[in-house]
Amino acid sequence: MDLAVFIQTCLNAVYASSYLALVAVGLVLIFGVMRVVNFAHGELYMAGAYALFWVFHQTGLPFFLGVAVAIAAVGALGLVMERALFRPMRNNPLGGLICSIGALLILQAGAVALFGVRKKSFAGPYNEAVSLFGVESLTISGQRLAVIAFAVALLGALWVFLKKSRFGWALRAVAQDPDAAALQGISIGRISMLAMALGAGLAGAAGALTATIVPTGPYMGHSVIIGAFIVIIVGGVGSLEGAVVASILYAFVSTFVTTIWDGVVADIAGLLLMLAVLVARPQGLFGRPERA
Amino acid sequence: MSGGGAVTYTVWAVLIALPLLAAWLTLDPGLGGARRRIWWAVLAAAGAAALIAAPRVATFSQQELLVFLAINALVVASYRLLALTGEFSLGHVVMMGVGAYATALFSKRLGVPVPVSMLLAAGVTGLVAFILAFPLFRMKGFYFLIGSFAAGEAIRLTWKRFQDPFGGPKGVSRIPGFPDMEVGPFELLFWEPVTYYYLALAVAAASIWVLWRIERSHIGLVFHAVHWQDQLAGAVGVNTWRARATALVVASAFAGLAGALLAHYLTTVNPNRFDVDEMVYVLIWVIVGGTATIWGPIVGLIALTAINEVVLRDAGVDELRPMFYGAVLILAMLFLPEGLETLPRRVAGWLGRGRPAG
Repeated sequence: MDLAVFIQTCLNAVYASSYLALVAVGLVLIFGVMRVVNFAHGELYMAGAYALFWVFHQTGLPFFLGVAVAIAAVGALGLVMERALFRPMRNNPLGGLICSIGALLILQAGAVALFGVRKKSFAGPYNEAVSLFGVESLTISGQRLAVIAFAVALLGALWVFLKKSRFGWALRAVAQDPDAAALQGISIGRISMLAMALGAGLAGAAGALTATIVPTGPYMGHSVIIGAFIVIIVGGVGSLEGAVVASILYAFVSTFVTTIWDGVVADIAGLLLMLAVLVARPQGLFGRPERA
Repeated sequence: MSGGGAVTYTVWAVLIALPLLAAWLTLDPGLGGARRRIWWAVLAAAGAAALIAAPRVATFSQQELLVFLAINALVVASYRLLALTGEFSLGHVVMMGVGAYATALFSKRLGVPVPVSMLLAAGVTGLVAFILAFPLFRMKGFYFLIGSFAAGEAIRLTWKRFQDPFGGPKGVSRIPGFPDMEVGPFELLFWEPVTYYYLALAVAAASIWVLWRIERSHIGLVFHAVHWQDQLAGAVGVNTWRARATALVVASAFAGLAGALLAHYLTTVNPNRFDVDEMVYVLIWVIVGGTATIWGPIVGLIALTAINEVVLRDAGVDELRPMFYGAVLILAMLFLPEGLETLPRRVAGWLGRGRPAG
């Protein structure tokens, strides 16, 4: 592997980690507040991609408007899932997970019904390659740079929201101790809706941002959700910082293994990494051991 | 079974009613000992007659469906054994695949006679499950679910990645079929779906009987104890790891046997047949049917397959069928969390006969 390939692979890994972090952070947010593992999260990502396809490609509206619509629409979808599925299952830890598998099937079939099984490939607004540091062989497409920039901005905004705003404080309080938070007058139901809308919106953003790079299809969520599960297990299931760090770690491992061997070996490596963390350090690299 | 017709509907209705009634009898309808035994005998006789007669009134494609039903009945019944200990696995279908690949390779590459190779495959699957028990049973609940998925998917991707000996994405084909036999005046040709159905039915029935005996034995009680009170069970001297591992090994061995049945029927196996989508269907059958009795998952399997094959196939909405399964799963979780198996008891309760549900 010469230097140019090495740096190119690093760039690809940075890109992969950016959208993976958006998906995984949303998953962690939902789990932290509601103790529900959302198996349909990959399908929320897929819904975001289709939202962009519809607004930007079919209707011809600006790209950024498409991303905004995707965030809003998928966030609303998340609200519906919270009210209809996860709230009635609040006392049944595996119940919410099983309901989310049902939602996964419905969303996949819904995408097939609305848009057909054929994958859609369409170009984004920033197609020209940008060369970095003035080196000609070292390029990244403007679209990928936009994904990275957007992901950093969204995660930064989320961080500020969680640390500075009243809602953010309340959300973190519920994640730490729901009973104590409820005793302080925080409405668990409203915070759950907020977490679900935020988590789904982030997945929608990731889907919309990558829709012009990877083909958009009804089953595109599958590979993303497996990656996101690996990330949240490695990072620690309740830890937002862990999800971001593990996204970067996993994206680098996966991208380099794919470049050196192939994609299937990379998937096996990721799954074995997750198993190793589950066995050796079930709370993940950044998580705290769960309370009994 | 594609196509309507009074005969088809009757067969399906009987196939659904039999395990439902069995579940009802198991869940205690308030019958005394002697009357209960009579009912069991009647039900067993009716069940045997219906299962033996079913392929005789079926078309070729319906007979194929009956083969898959018999095999899947074994899959869901074995899945429930693990569920008894409280753990839900996402690797069970891959365990079925381990059995399918093992028997394919034994019989094709090594020339092992097919019946021996099928039993060996069940053993190999149990062994793989035993090895997996060491990492997996450091986890519980959601972590076990994810861990079992990771382990299963890693195994499945290994089949996909390695051409030798697993055949890569195309898998293994031209697996020897089950050898023909002559039993008295009958010539049994196992490439025919009817004959293979009887073989699969016999294997599944014997296996389900063994699973039922395990549940009723001392070890079955230990499984229940580990499910509901694992710390207490551990405190009174139950080795909870060993109980969970036993459930996983036995359940996986029977799943491997089901996979071996599938492999010699299709004479081809490939990695996609054992992917997570298939696993989701097994999970849906088990959850919609209920896990309180061994009949619950079988009710779920037959009822959902019937709706899928009769109603949805006729409606011609192939790619929307997952939506139906998803909706059924959610509705069952919200409104019938104890599964279809409790329906007769509930209905009896509503009618004011028998005891009220609960």
